[in-house]
Amino acid sequence: MKSSNPFALWRWEKMFGQWQMFGEGFLRTIEVAALAIILALVLGVVFGVISTSNNKILRGIARVYVEFFQNTPLVIQVFFMYNGLAIAGLRLSVFTIGVLGVGIYHGAYVSEVVKAGIHSIPVGQVEAAKSQGFTYVQYMRYIILPQTIKIILPPLTNQAVNLIKNTSVLAMISGFDLMYMADSWASSSLDYGPSYIFAGLLYFLLCFPLATWARKYEERLKKNDSTHLPFDAAEEAITC
Amino acid sequence: MLELFQNVFTPSNVQFLAQGMGLTLLLSVIIIITSVIFGTILGLLRSYEKRFFGKVASFYIEMFRNTPLLLWILVCCFMIPLGTVVMRGALALILYTSAVIAEIVRGGLNSIPDGQFEAAKSQGFTLIQTLAYIVLPQCFKNIIPSLLSQVITTVKDTSFLQVVAIPEYTRSGFVVMGRYTQTAEVFLIFATLAVGYFVICFSLSMVVRTYQKRTSIAR
Repeated sequence: MKSSNPFALWRWEKMFGQWQMFGEGFLRTIEVAALAIILALVLGVVFGVISTSNNKILRGIARVYVEFFQNTPLVIQVFFMYNGLAIAGLRLSVFTIGVLGVGIYHGAYVSEVVKAGIHSIPVGQVEAAKSQGFTYVQYMRYIILPQTIKIILPPLTNQAVNLIKNTSVLAMISGFDLMYMADSWASSSLDYGPSYIFAGLLYFLLCFPLATWARKYEERLKKNDSTHLPFDAAEEAITC
Repeated sequence: MLELFQNVFTPSNVQFLAQGMGLTLLLSVIIIITSVIFGTILGLLRSYEKRFFGKVASFYIEMFRNTPLLLWILVCCFMIPLGTVVMRGALALILYTSAVIAEIVRGGLNSIPDGQFEAAKSQGFTLIQTLAYIVLPQCFKNIIPSLLSQVITTVKDTSFLQVVAIPEYTRSGFVVMGRYTQTAEVFLIFATLAVGYFVICFSLSMVVRTYQKRTSIAR
């Protein structure tokens, strides 16, 4: 007679018999997250730089991008790509939707981080660079952005953690990510407990080192450095 | 064009969507109030109690901050045998949001110098009095922008509840959408959903911005 405890040992054994399923989902989550982080960084840097430029139209475009994606839920954006675009005739694979959806959404947050980073660099730097004949792109690339890296690393890492967590939205559109695999195993075997705990543990393994590193790095930065930090410790806890 | 609007915004659809919006707002308010209380307690414990309860608070915060919200919604809705699905969904969001707010509160507490405690003690304040009258008011003043940003995030996060068929705004939008097949109609419903959230979240973000501007001038 098998024990009916939802966390009974035999349920765990049954689940680990299916470990490939979880492994596949875990890999898919890592792949989507990695590509989405790259996309978010590219979009974030481009729009972050644009939003500090002097051109009103460019600043407006960046503002619209940030406000739209920060103020509407990711769920709706992803379902729009999945259902809306499909009805309009454009069928994207769930993998593509994952990368695009999560990447564009977090790109808006990254752009705010980059913008705050650029604002923390004294104006004198820009004036000095200009006086030496640097063009806009040149001084951004060689003078301003390299200096922001140190201070924007902690909030960027927190964004990466949130991004990894948000890839779970793929489960809603059967994206074969970790959350989807865990959920489908839970509902097919009715072993909810082991399945969810194992999935949670795998997410934790991805996120915890990143989040802890970001916190430690920032504490060190505050202790050693007189650089003005544009981010409150509080502001950073923000998820999205 | 007018016909399209008449097709989609029938009185029954509008009423259904309005009910969804009502539930979204109600859930958001309940979740935020409860999470602020619970999160403040967790944040205080993590900052000032270094023994057992502080460890428990740290464990709780790290556990919820490093796992997806969707996981907790599924856990609460499928594994807790009590209450209605709406209550269980709200519980998931409260548990998750509390951990985030606890970290925000901890950030605010970090900025309060130890001297404040010593001064309060020398005036005969008990610990509870010190926290209630001296430490927390200063802390909350500093973290209001972050808290408001978290409110925006929470309003958006309620849309995750659609996965367990809780009829909040997103879910009601999707239900309405199921009756339409034309591209224009479906797009219009998506736009309605996006605009609904946008209006709430954007007005909140304007509040944050005005507040930040005002305090930065005052400083």
